[in-house]
Amino acid sequence: MEPILKINNLQTHFFTKAGILKAVDGVSFEIAAGEIVGLVGESGSGKSITGFSVMGLVDPPGKIIDGNINFKGKDLSALSNDQMQNIRGNRIAMIFQDPMMTLNPVLRIETQMIEAIQAHDGSISREDARIRSRDTLGLVGISSPDERLRAYPHQFSGGMRQRVSIAIAMLNRPDLIIADEPTTALDVTIQGQVISEMQKLCRETQTALLWITHDLAVVAGIADRVCVMYAGRIVEQGLVADIIANPMHPYTQGLMGSVPSQNQRGKPLQQIDGMVPSMLNLPVGCAFQNRCNYANEKCSNIQPDITQVADGRQVRCFNIPVGQRL
Amino acid sequence: MKPILKVQNLSKDFIKSLDLVAKGLNRIGQNYKEEVVHAVDDVNFSIFKGEIVGVVGESGCGKSTLGRMVAGILSPSTGSVEFDSSQANNKEIPSALRTQMIFQDPFSSLNPRKRVVDIITEAPIYHKLIPPSEKRAFATEMLQRVGLDPDTLERYPHQFSGGQRQRVGIARALAVSPEFLVCDESIAALDVSIQAQIINLFVDLKDKFDLTYLFISHDIGVIEHISDRVIVMYLGRIVETAPIETFVKQPNHPYTQALLTGVPRLEVGKRQYEPISGEIPSPLSPPTGCHFHPRCNFATARCKAEKPALRKIAPAHFSACHLNDEA
Repeated sequence: MEPILKINNLQTHFFTKAGILKAVDGVSFEIAAGEIVGLVGESGSGKSITGFSVMGLVDPPGKIIDGNINFKGKDLSALSNDQMQNIRGNRIAMIFQDPMMTLNPVLRIETQMIEAIQAHDGSISREDARIRSRDTLGLVGISSPDERLRAYPHQFSGGMRQRVSIAIAMLNRPDLIIADEPTTALDVTIQGQVISEMQKLCRETQTALLWITHDLAVVAGIADRVCVMYAGRIVEQGLVADIIANPMHPYTQGLMGSVPSQNQRGKPLQQIDGMVPSMLNLPVGCAFQNRCNYANEKCSNIQPDITQVADGRQVRCFNIPVGQRL
Repeated sequence: MKPILKVQNLSKDFIKSLDLVAKGLNRIGQNYKEEVVHAVDDVNFSIFKGEIVGVVGESGCGKSTLGRMVAGILSPSTGSVEFDSSQANNKEIPSALRTQMIFQDPFSSLNPRKRVVDIITEAPIYHKLIPPSEKRAFATEMLQRVGLDPDTLERYPHQFSGGQRQRVGIARALAVSPEFLVCDESIAALDVSIQAQIINLFVDLKDKFDLTYLFISHDIGVIEHISDRVIVMYLGRIVETAPIETFVKQPNHPYTQALLTGVPRLEVGKRQYEPISGEIPSPLSPPTGCHFHPRCNFATARCKAEKPALRKIAPAHFSACHLNDEA
């Protein structure tokens, strides 16, 4: 199947006073219709900036300096601001971690939803837009949507607000939704509800979903494929089941070992020592070398390329640990 | 064996008293009432020496208020928190210092205008546990205990990363030789790989200094990993307490069961989420009877009318559910 979104060698750099910060440095991946892809990484790994780059939301001093973002045959990075405006919120929508970033606190939900529809379709009447808003609210599991349309954001709880922002993202039936840590601020039971709604919506409407998160366990439960990012680069990607069963990159292994689970009770967690290097002066060679148990001289001199190790599986490492190799 | 910490009938109410307008309106016949939140409602439990007791629950369930009362930062409305001094490791330490707290946000819990050496030694010098002349040597030792380089003594908090700051917070707590640590979401603000480092540090310190923990977290995976016993709270009340194996394998209360099925797990892989419906109700007007009945699949008329008591259903396993009576 032809992918909806195809990112090739994306480079988004920030030109700061202290130097050039390569927040996204050569990221390539694709998403097909109806597919859920998880983008996993720690803070500062560039996962959110990747999402912002697709949406055309990178502000100065940040700039996309190379690569292309191919969305249904069009290169988004070459579009003008006006052209991008037509796509943003219409064909590609974004859901943020904090729903109050999406919602205007002084406007009724109704006003905000109708505005989002009319902004991309001048011919639709207010009444029709209202009906579509109501139906979409019902779709994301908000009960009595007619009354709730008249409410203000502060009258909703955190989980309900996140549902409203998901509904707003769904309004124009986008082809792609980018969700940036959408459940991180929610309680476990509410997180379960939101994830289950999103899974259902993507299956039913064939919407592609890019799920950006730091939580590998959430991705394991929802995504089809996963990309693991470290210091602005994808270090491993493949099917979720394959990566969970057999993580090849030492960073992915460390990340999985760090997640507490029932089977490891009483044993110390397998921690990754040290911390993410400063993005302003990354070491020559592999960015993970100073935290890696397998690093050797080659790692500190040459930057490893991402290589295909199996069908649909790519890893950026010279020394895939013995036993993990396919 | 006697517990080292005993919490009896502990409650905390937060009251929003009437403002001037409402008072005036009440005089002319209106009926405005004070708003009361029972943040913690008649809680009883004990903790034995060397145990790590986890407290789980969703936001607004009162777990942080409970932790603050145990640590002595908040005074309870009714009830008591008793610490058994006869089991203390170091009996010369003043009793007020025996419980220390480690906070969630490593950014706001350290004074940004003080150097690390002063942050760590302020309390022990004030309480005359160490003479001021030994301050540097003492701080060096504390930093080494939590795995920080002693070269960082003269630095300010902003010069550290989140994980390192949390280590400074732990060093500060350890500086007064506490017996008991209350960790309130202490790792929630950290990245996954750093979280693992801090969890390992907590376990190491427990073994080295014979500490006891009350570990508060909303992250059930972390609680499962670290705790010996778990307390589950819902809207200010304890709904279940169980040893960790029982909690994982045979949770009794429907709320505990719902919480556990909602946890994302690596080993489960891709799956269909079947979440419980509804949300945690407002603590200003909690449901009658069992607080959980509007969301519970097994609720009966009795659950709506009568508050279930926390009762023993197996050794060390307590649950507050009417369903246990019928079985």
